Amino acid sequence: MSFLLNITPWPVVSALLWIVLVVAALYFARPTAHRAIRAAAGTLHRSLRLASLAVGKTEAGLRQRNREVLLAAGREAKERVIEREFDRVGESVRKDLSNYAGLHRSLSDSIDRIETDHQEAVEVPPDPPGWVKAVEAVAKIDTREGRVGIGNVLGDIHKSLVKAHQEAMVAYREASAKRHTLLHRMRPEWRQIQQTLGHVRKSVDSLLHRSVAIDRHMQEYEDIVSGQDRAISVLSSSSLVYFFVSALVLAVAVGGATINFSLIARPMAEMVGGTSVIGGFRTADIAALVIIMVEVSMGLFLMESLRITRLFPVIGALPDKVRVRMVWITFTILLLLASVEAGLAYMREVLLQDELATNALLRGDAGGTTLSGQYLWITTAAQMGMGFILPFALTFVAIPLETFVHSLRTVLGLAGIACLRFTALVLRLLGNAFRYLGTLAEQLYDLPLFIPLWLEAKNGGSGKTDGPALRGIGT
Amino acid sequence: MNGPVIGKLAAGCLVIAAALAACSPAHQGNTGVYMLLDTSGTYAQELDKAEQIIRHTLSRLQASDSFAVARIDTGSFSEKDIVAKTSFDDRPSTINRQKRLFAEQIGEFVDNVHSAPYTDITGGLLQAVQFLNEKGTSRKTILIFSDLKEDLKDGYIRDIEFDLDGFQVIALNVTKLRSDNLDPREYLARLENWQQRVEKSGGEWRVINDLDSLEGLL
Repeated sequence: MSFLLNITPWPVVSALLWIVLVVAALYFARPTAHRAIRAAAGTLHRSLRLASLAVGKTEAGLRQRNREVLLAAGREAKERVIEREFDRVGESVRKDLSNYAGLHRSLSDSIDRIETDHQEAVEVPPDPPGWVKAVEAVAKIDTREGRVGIGNVLGDIHKSLVKAHQEAMVAYREASAKRHTLLHRMRPEWRQIQQTLGHVRKSVDSLLHRSVAIDRHMQEYEDIVSGQDRAISVLSSSSLVYFFVSALVLAVAVGGATINFSLIARPMAEMVGGTSVIGGFRTADIAALVIIMVEVSMGLFLMESLRITRLFPVIGALPDKVRVRMVWITFTILLLLASVEAGLAYMREVLLQDELATNALLRGDAGGTTLSGQYLWITTAAQMGMGFILPFALTFVAIPLETFVHSLRTVLGLAGIACLRFTALVLRLLGNAFRYLGTLAEQLYDLPLFIPLWLEAKNGGSGKTDGPALRGIGT
Repeated sequence: MNGPVIGKLAAGCLVIAAALAACSPAHQGNTGVYMLLDTSGTYAQELDKAEQIIRHTLSRLQASDSFAVARIDTGSFSEKDIVAKTSFDDRPSTINRQKRLFAEQIGEFVDNVHSAPYTDITGGLLQAVQFLNEKGTSRKTILIFSDLKEDLKDGYIRDIEFDLDGFQVIALNVTKLRSDNLDPREYLARLENWQQRVEKSGGEWRVINDLDSLEGLL
């Protein structure tokens, strides 16, 4: 570098000379340099902006796809809910309507019996007393004809009257007693009618409630079908909740599977050997894992066959007869595997005790550390019980798994949208940053040229720049 | 229709065959232990401690490991001097049975041991090397339960080079003799001599005299 300062005998003069030369060169190259800077900044700006737009379009596409997935999932879920509600209504109607003939007959019989009893209980007007005519006859006897015998007649009448009165009273009492008996007999009939009507009312209320629920579900279904934003928002948040809840339950299930694994891995070594390996893993461990995986698979098939989950449409679409057969087959396999696990759990305990006894013998402490026989059955039974129950418990993994799989699509879509949106934003920011960096570079270029530029401005600005750096750059 | 199905079945069979081919017994990480018990002179009284070490060793060995215990007597380069030997099965229940049987055999030996007039440690070491090489274990350990004082009968040639590459030789309970007490240099020289012989042959040499800390034995 020192030779640069040696072009004249005086280094300072050399330096000044160089500065003048460089500034002059920069000044003359200024328009070209500005154009180059602008072109470079503009190219970067436009490229990044284009990339941002492309990412934005991808994001929009993904959002649309996610929306469709959400709507489809929501529609399917709502259809299932509505279908189940209709099934329940149908079941309720079928149950109640099938009993309706009996109910109607029961009510009619009760009403007929009440009517008959009522008819019989009607108060019969007493016969007019026979002595009334006698009184009339006595009243018509003329005085001339003498009323000598009237006293006797009246006496007879009185006797008859008393007698008739007594008979009438007896008859009346008998009739009243009969009526009361009939009315008493009506009471259970009334109660039966009341109970029957109570049942009818309960059924009708249940149907009304179900119809209200169906109306609500139908309204939500319509919202989903019409693709309303509110429905999307609800489905999206539900999907996130389902995702986290199902992930939590799956984590618990994985814990259960791990316990299950530890229960059967040790005795598996007794069956397949403890030293052979497949791909770096112990064969015994792999065998235990395979058993657990087969159990989970059988559980999935069982749940599918029972139409509790719908991960495999082929199974759901099977004819009912085949499906029921499949239920029994998968259940039988599951039962066999559970029994095998219980046996392995027992074997594990036996092996463990054997090993403890051997170790105690080798330590010279025979029988000193093992549990006494009277308590040993508790751990053995507990392990066997766990070995038998866990496969069935793992069956229910199918439910959270289905939810997890379905919600995972939406969650992944949401995550993808967020990533793409962030990328688009970053690209856009970078594009704008390059645009302004171009302007800054032009200004920095002009900084050492302030003297010629000042002179140029003083002389009327003949050598204007090509305009602002931002000119021609798309926004 | 049948063609693709048969093709898929064939492909499945190939995958299973490949998996089965990959399934092989793993003897790569197994251990072989050969223990030499000095039964000469008064050292035979120390065999109770040896039994303790054997039991400890048994509790540490796992599936596919090999273990042999041999006595050191007048001529130890012989299979007849092997008191008990076993290669552990890969089934846990069988391993436990083998361990118990081994412990019983050693117990019987310790109870009925007779003192040997001479001490052929080199012969025993040669026998140990041969045994462990034959077993082909990945880790080979020779335990020498002795005072390391070799006393050969006339006519026994033991000036032989070993090949102890990959072997770990551990001297246990190297007791001091009366003469060692008079001149400790004898004891130190004896240890030094064995260490040199082992290390010169490519082996690794260790001495453990504190039998309460056998944790690092294997």
